[in-house]
Amino acid sequence: MKGAPSTFRINALRLALLAVILIAWQLASGTLVPIFFISEPTAIAAQLYIWIADGSLFFHTLITATEAFAGFFLGGALGICTGVLLGRVKLLADLLDPFIMAFYSLPKIALAPLFILWIGIGMDMKIALTAVIVFFLVFLNTYTGVRNVSRELIAILSLMGANERHVLTKVVIPSAITWVFAGLRISVPYALIGAIVGELIASNRGLGYLLTSSAGQFDTSGVFAALIAIMILAFILNTFVKLVEKKAMPWKSFEATRDVTI
Amino acid sequence: MGNALIRFAGVGKTFNSSERIVCAVENVDLDIARGELITIVGPSGCGKSTLLNMAAGLFQPSAGAVFYDGAEVTAYNLKTGYITQNDHLLPWRDVAGNIAVPMEIQSRSRPDIRSRLEELVGLVGLNGFERSYPSQLSGGMRKRTALARLLAYDPETLLMDEPFAALDAQLRLNMQIELLKISRRLNKTIIFVTHDLDEAVALGDRCVVFSPRPGTIRQIIKSPLPRDRDLLQLRHDPSYIALTADLWDIITPTLAQTRGEAN
Ligand SMILES: Nc1ncnc2c1ncn2[C@@H]1O[C@H](COP(=O)(O)OP(=O)(O)O)[C@@H](O)[C@H]1O
Ligand SMILES: [Mg+2]
Repeated sequence: MKGAPSTFRINALRLALLAVILIAWQLASGTLVPIFFISEPTAIAAQLYIWIADGSLFFHTLITATEAFAGFFLGGALGICTGVLLGRVKLLADLLDPFIMAFYSLPKIALAPLFILWIGIGMDMKIALTAVIVFFLVFLNTYTGVRNVSRELIAILSLMGANERHVLTKVVIPSAITWVFAGLRISVPYALIGAIVGELIASNRGLGYLLTSSAGQFDTSGVFAALIAIMILAFILNTFVKLVEKKAMPWKSFEATRDVTI
Repeated sequence: MGNALIRFAGVGKTFNSSERIVCAVENVDLDIARGELITIVGPSGCGKSTLLNMAAGLFQPSAGAVFYDGAEVTAYNLKTGYITQNDHLLPWRDVAGNIAVPMEIQSRSRPDIRSRLEELVGLVGLNGFERSYPSQLSGGMRKRTALARLLAYDPETLLMDEPFAALDAQLRLNMQIELLKISRRLNKTIIFVTHDLDEAVALGDRCVVFSPRPGTIRQIIKSPLPRDRDLLQLRHDPSYIALTADLWDIITPTLAQTRGEAN
């Protein structure tokens, strides 16, 4: 397209912007704002380096990543299955609707104490919490997607003699998959919320723990370093979902890139 | 005609939507014999598509009944293949994938599907577009894909709702010739809806003329043309010319009535 900057140029500009922010931050700390509140980039980098060198960053990140990924997959898979099932079986959806809505309006984090009672304060608890949060987001999206499938397309396939399995695999799922991925994409930050809040509440490892323990020692650089690690984790999870999405919907990339005709 | 394959007996259909009640068709009595090619013409909105929908069993008539091979149509009529007015292709499948859908449903073998696919793509002239998605095709190409998909599963009866409307004259003639060939060679029963009077006369063994809504049958014209007709020579056939003129005369008085009632 004419006028749009090349990816190289936009990336160069992004790097420049990042450099400006970091330099401004460095200059501001200790002069405009006390170091205690915002630390400084060099100190954060040093802290990160220490944690990387002694392996603790990798250790804690791995724990949080495992919790977030496991909860994400568990909740996502259950959400997709339930969404497809309720989307196709109207009676069941009508029956369960008030219960699901009641449960949905509950802030899922409030379930953490219950989960601790049930399964302790280990990684299972964070996985369960993450899974519950992700489940609802993915379920509701999938359900909406399945309910929005073109009934005409289903009728056309039924006339060809399609059974429920054919309808599911050839129409319902490909049609709802846009919604499923929308659900998965918005779930990424929530998956991290589940894992990290779980760790904040009760844990002695994971990035959430790193965050609270640094804060407890008034170590602002440690807090910022942990936040950066969390951001990188979120970025990885996001990229992963986007890659899978692109693979799963080859027809979409055509639609996005073709010239607009009316 | 005791042995009609498709019989509309006193068929009427009224749509009840919240804002208004529309009587789409009324008192339709029509017997269609096996192997017959019936064309239906009529002003837009007179219930032609509605009639096909009922033959396919998508919904039941609100009065009368539709019979297929002696049995009342009460569910999806799997003996019929339907090419709808909107092509209804699967947007997530390319041309080849769309044409293959019915064959996959019939669980045909892969090599079988592939060879049939090649044949069909050639038949509808879409060579080179097998890997294109519907959003990348023109309206006519989408129609042709839908046509190939219909032929892929070889139903006993073809319900066709303005299938050639978006095609250019030449392509349309080619498709008409193909359709006639298929109809004669495989003895398919075909209900063919069109708004093109020439096409109705050229293809039909009988031509059913509908009145404006509520659609009723105004007239059924039996074609004087032979069953094996040469569409390329039709333009010079006096009985074809006369019949087309007749049809115009039947239709034109209703034009004033339907003008401005776009659908
Ligand atoms: N599903 C529907 N609900 C309500 N009204 C409908 C529906 N389908 C068709 N109609 C109405 O029935 C009439 C006949 O429609 P249709 O059979 O599509 O006409 P045609 O194919 O002859 O142009 C139209 O007035 C249309 O508005
Ligand atoms: Mg119509």
